[in-house]
Amino acid sequence: MLVPLEHVIALSAVIFGIGVVGAVTRRNVIVILMSIELMLNAVNLAFVGFSRAWANPTGQVFVLMVITVAAAEVAVGLGIVLSLFRNRDSVDVEEVSLLKW
Amino acid sequence: MSAGAVLFYVFAGMTILASLGMVLNVRNTVASAMSLVVAMISLGAIYVLLDAYLVAAIQIMVYAGAIVVLFLFVVMLLNLRTDVFPVTRSRLPKLLGIAASGWGLFAFLKLLHGTLPAVSPAPEGFGGFRELGKALFTSYVLPFEATSFLLLAAIVGAVILAKRRID
Repeated sequence: MLVPLEHVIALSAVIFGIGVVGAVTRRNVIVILMSIELMLNAVNLAFVGFSRAWANPTGQVFVLMVITVAAAEVAVGLGIVLSLFRNRDSVDVEEVSLLKW
Repeated sequence: MSAGAVLFYVFAGMTILASLGMVLNVRNTVASAMSLVVAMISLGAIYVLLDAYLVAAIQIMVYAGAIVVLFLFVVMLLNLRTDVFPVTRSRLPKLLGIAASGWGLFAFLKLLHGTLPAVSPAPEGFGGFRELGKALFTSYVLPFEATSFLLLAAIVGAVILAKRRID
């Protein structure tokens, strides 16, 4: 392996942290969805790193599953954003507080 | 340090910069999506350096090719030039949250130091189409088939959600 496993996992943690910050602080629904994609990518990187470290392809099979789920999630999420924009004329999450306690 | 290691750190820096650019750009949603493309492609390069060739190809095709195009398509369909929203709450909780998550990340990295085992060299053909395909169609054939139902449900759900009116 080219670099220590530690550095791969550290990179994964940093990207995941950036994704969490984006999902929590941004108010544009589309950017929140992008941040979720970023978090899924960070997890994929950890899977690939561990898969390489133990020379076991199972981790990469999991990555393929995660990519499939991410694609499905984006399709449904953007459908929700479209119908939200049609009803509210906005993509601001603060406008959608119907279920907020 | 070998050339591969240098490339890893270069692409790691590019990934972090691009994801920061995506999250911190509050003016232009299209620019955020383009930063996401850069992050995805750099991650694909890192997968190649980690001997995950099939995953790298699929990363480029599905993420950089399909998912980000879908994002751009929706951004342009909604004609969102800017997304400056009126300020409704104070910035203090946001800054405190970012500080707390930064501290948590630092603590995690400190805990991580020196706990992971040394790495063995990869066997011949690791991460290629043959080995991954064999695993996918023998040990993991049931989850693989279950994804087809997931994708079907996602297609039907997306069509129904995005349709203007259901007759």
